[in-house]
Amino acid sequence: MVAESSLLTWVVFTPLIGVAILLFVKPEREELLRWITLAVTLFVFFLSLPLFFKFNSDTYLMQFTQKIPWIPGYGIFYSVGIDGISLFLVLLTTFLMPICILSSWRYITEKIKQYMIAMLLLEMGMLGVFVALDLFLFYIFWEAMLIPMYLLIGVWGGPRKIYAAIKFFLYTMAGSLLMLVAILFLYFKSGMNTFDILKLYEAGFPLELQIWMFLAFAVAFAIKVPMFPFHTWLPDAHVEAPTAGSVILAAVLLKMGIYGFLRLAIPLFPQGSLYFTPLIIYLAIIGIIYGALVAMVQPDVKKLVAYSSVSHLGFVMLGIYALNMNGIEGGVYQMLSHGLSTGALFLLVGIIYERRHTRLIADFGGMQKRMPIFGAIFLIVVMSSIGLPGLNGFVGEFLILVGAFQVKKIYAIVAAVGVILSACYMLWMFQRMMFGKLDKPENEEVSDINKRELAYMLPVLVLIVLMGVYPSPFLRRMDASVAHFIALSQGKKEVYAFEDKAVNPVSHLLGKSKVGKSDGRMRDAQFTMHDAGFRVKRNR
Amino acid sequence: MEFTLPAIKIGAIAPELILVCSAAGLMMLDAFAKERGKTLLPILSIVGLALAMVASLKLWGKSEVTFAGMVAVDSYRVFFNIIFIIGALLTVLLSMNYTPREEIDRGEYYVLVLLATVGMMVMAAGTDLIMIFLGLELLSISVYVLAGFARGQLKSNEAALKYFLLGAFASGFLLYGMALVYGAVGSTNLAMIAETLATPHLPARVLLMVGVGLLVVGFGFKVAIVPFHMWTPDVYEGAPTSITAFMAVGVKAAAFAGFARVFIGALGALHPDWTMVLWVLAVATMTVGNLAAITQSNIKRMLAYSSIAHAGYVLVGMVAGNEVGRASMLFYLLAYTFMQAGAFGVVIMLGQKGEPRLNITDYAGVGHKYPLIGVAMAIFMFSLGGIPPTAGFVGKFYLFGAAIKAGYVWLVILGVINSAISIYYYLRVTVVMYMHEEGEEVLAVSRAPAVALALILTSVATLGLGIFPSWIWEPVQKTVNLLLG
Repeated sequence: MVAESSLLTWVVFTPLIGVAILLFVKPEREELLRWITLAVTLFVFFLSLPLFFKFNSDTYLMQFTQKIPWIPGYGIFYSVGIDGISLFLVLLTTFLMPICILSSWRYITEKIKQYMIAMLLLEMGMLGVFVALDLFLFYIFWEAMLIPMYLLIGVWGGPRKIYAAIKFFLYTMAGSLLMLVAILFLYFKSGMNTFDILKLYEAGFPLELQIWMFLAFAVAFAIKVPMFPFHTWLPDAHVEAPTAGSVILAAVLLKMGIYGFLRLAIPLFPQGSLYFTPLIIYLAIIGIIYGALVAMVQPDVKKLVAYSSVSHLGFVMLGIYALNMNGIEGGVYQMLSHGLSTGALFLLVGIIYERRHTRLIADFGGMQKRMPIFGAIFLIVVMSSIGLPGLNGFVGEFLILVGAFQVKKIYAIVAAVGVILSACYMLWMFQRMMFGKLDKPENEEVSDINKRELAYMLPVLVLIVLMGVYPSPFLRRMDASVAHFIALSQGKKEVYAFEDKAVNPVSHLLGKSKVGKSDGRMRDAQFTMHDAGFRVKRNR
Repeated sequence: MEFTLPAIKIGAIAPELILVCSAAGLMMLDAFAKERGKTLLPILSIVGLALAMVASLKLWGKSEVTFAGMVAVDSYRVFFNIIFIIGALLTVLLSMNYTPREEIDRGEYYVLVLLATVGMMVMAAGTDLIMIFLGLELLSISVYVLAGFARGQLKSNEAALKYFLLGAFASGFLLYGMALVYGAVGSTNLAMIAETLATPHLPARVLLMVGVGLLVVGFGFKVAIVPFHMWTPDVYEGAPTSITAFMAVGVKAAAFAGFARVFIGALGALHPDWTMVLWVLAVATMTVGNLAAITQSNIKRMLAYSSIAHAGYVLVGMVAGNEVGRASMLFYLLAYTFMQAGAFGVVIMLGQKGEPRLNITDYAGVGHKYPLIGVAMAIFMFSLGGIPPTAGFVGKFYLFGAAIKAGYVWLVILGVINSAISIYYYLRVTVVMYMHEEGEEVLAVSRAPAVALALILTSVATLGLGIFPSWIWEPVQKTVNLLLG
């Protein structure tokens, strides 16, 4: 196997090798193209598994790092590495890619070669964003990733694909160009002359600069998340994209926005971030409620799921801006949950669309009779999305609400309304589609889920349940990184490390919700750590 | 008065000499050779250009002035020579299949391309206003003829006439400006001008300022910055496409070579005076170029406006005026040479005799029918739009970085807003190529191996510079800055 230091590089660039192979396959050999791509994405997934198992959860330091000079004149390095936050996003990406390829097995019938190449390039771009530790490298991946996604929507999308593709591209591009100005400003004006993200953490910029810089970064990321009011590209892109495109959009691309906050915007400019914290929390809560309300009235099930993403991502932002252990771990956990359950919802919508070529809820009804297995899977996924205890969605949402409660009760109370609303629109949608009378003659002949579809739904279901009942392997790997993040987000240079790894974090996290009365955020974070029996140690 | 013969170093002007000799040789060959011999013309011009490239590279790293202070031997000049020669080589490659198709394959064509290249080189080498003017005229007159080379076509005639009339005016402005500067300072030698201006009290300040203003107009016309850009779309549209590519990359780079040499090298002391003017011109150029490009349906006109916008980006580097700014101008012009020439190459590739297919909607479905052409065009468009990992992105990164370093944050913000606008029309080309359904008629593409070669070279270079910019950036930054400042 490859050395640990270059493992990430292999994970990121193996899709490129796949592209090179695909270039030499004739476009007529469609099956071969599909199998090669599937094999490559599976290989990438297996390649990325050691990241999880060899991950050292005792440290917040970056792991599997590699650093090579790239553009020495500007102090730019090819620098990669992961911590407890990016680890899971990398795994989520590599896990979902083979599933996406399988889901487009029969759905994509034209220009298969180009499609598969675009998918692999997309995978490379997304993985690159999550592992980059150099601002320049990050920006390159962040932008380059747009091109394959734009092509996926624009070439293989629905009727309004061109509008959606251009809107998607311009929205994200406009935001990130301002970030580019900020990056350049940071480089030349910070006096650090480095693009190394970890070094820039220690810079400690003056407040006014932080406010402007944070704004420039945050807008770019908020568009990607998307936070209300920057969300309007999302429904268009989601509805027009092919199934696999929607899955990737929801499961991975939106997470890149959150990840941007976690890796860059907040720790680089903690004071600027604190300055905007109330605004972001309000926007997040508006997003939760607004997304849920709009989802409720959608006649198109894909659009419903798209708006539900706006709502769920509002939850994630709320959790992160609670800026305490619970909130942030919940936010990260919810990112993964949302990736799985919303990804699965899009897959299911794709499955039913392939059979009926419609996505309007009104065109269905009583499908349970014709598609019992599909219905069962659908129900589990819907429950996971709502946040039923025992499934993955619950853990994240609960932690987020606890975290928000610790900051201000009203936040949690209003946000909890969003949970109720999500139950409303999801269950109502499920009821209208699956139950009732089978009164449309077109629906009589619909076949149930087939083996291929089952094959790619099952792994998702397993994870949905696993993450619901046994979250500690995931949370444990986040602990150190999240604690470090909290320290950074308070603008403190001291770094906390955990010594005691034997404690099961879930029990403590769930137990310590009583701590809610303290109001200072920093004190809160320390509290919780002491509470849990962790010993907080100052490194320097 | 004693007159001493200045030292003459043939080696210092070897690249120019080689090209002049090649041009003369080509003329002879064209006059005396039979039909078959004439097919050698482009090959021989390539050989001449390659030799000139070698001769130029031999001058790399030096820093001296020869021919009585008229000719610089420095890396600045060498780097521009590289840009010009690459531009000319690409033009020859693009022409090899294009001129026979359009039935304009006469021998003078290549002669004029080579002579225009010599003019460019003289501009980059000149350290005297007179030399720069000579180079400019040699360049311009050759290109006036080339623009009207498709004699049978009205548009080509119109382009040549328009270019000539307006160009003559611009030359007049430039010359007048030079005369006024000479009147104020008492010398046409750039080093002498710089020396005089460095003294605390400036002689005849009004005269000098008017002169500098006229210089801006003259160079601005050649570079095509707003508001001296009016000729660009018409001329670019009417000229034979290969010549349009030549104008867009070579002529523009040459004009910038002279522009920067005069303004940074000689008038550096007046930096505070002309910076604000260039600041305004840069913003106007970027904005007008990009906004006008959005509405174009003809691809040549769109690329013409986009070339105007790109002149604006390069001006940003000049406004910055610092070392990084100068180096980034050079880098950007090289990157721009590849992507713009490549884009015109695709236009040539997809055209047919009597059916140029210049409407952007003609490209519907090209991306799927001709995957390689499609990918190449997509690379050029994304690069022109400044999207990584392409040369265009890195170039803009350097340019804007230099401006930030110099404190022009608002200029950069306006610049990136312009980039965002430009992406719209560059994307539209890819939208048409990949997302529109093919039309009824089958879009045939004739065999054009030389153009294909040019496309491969330019697209590889565009990506290569985008991913490994250091290979060019490091030497440029190390050497180019030594001399201008």
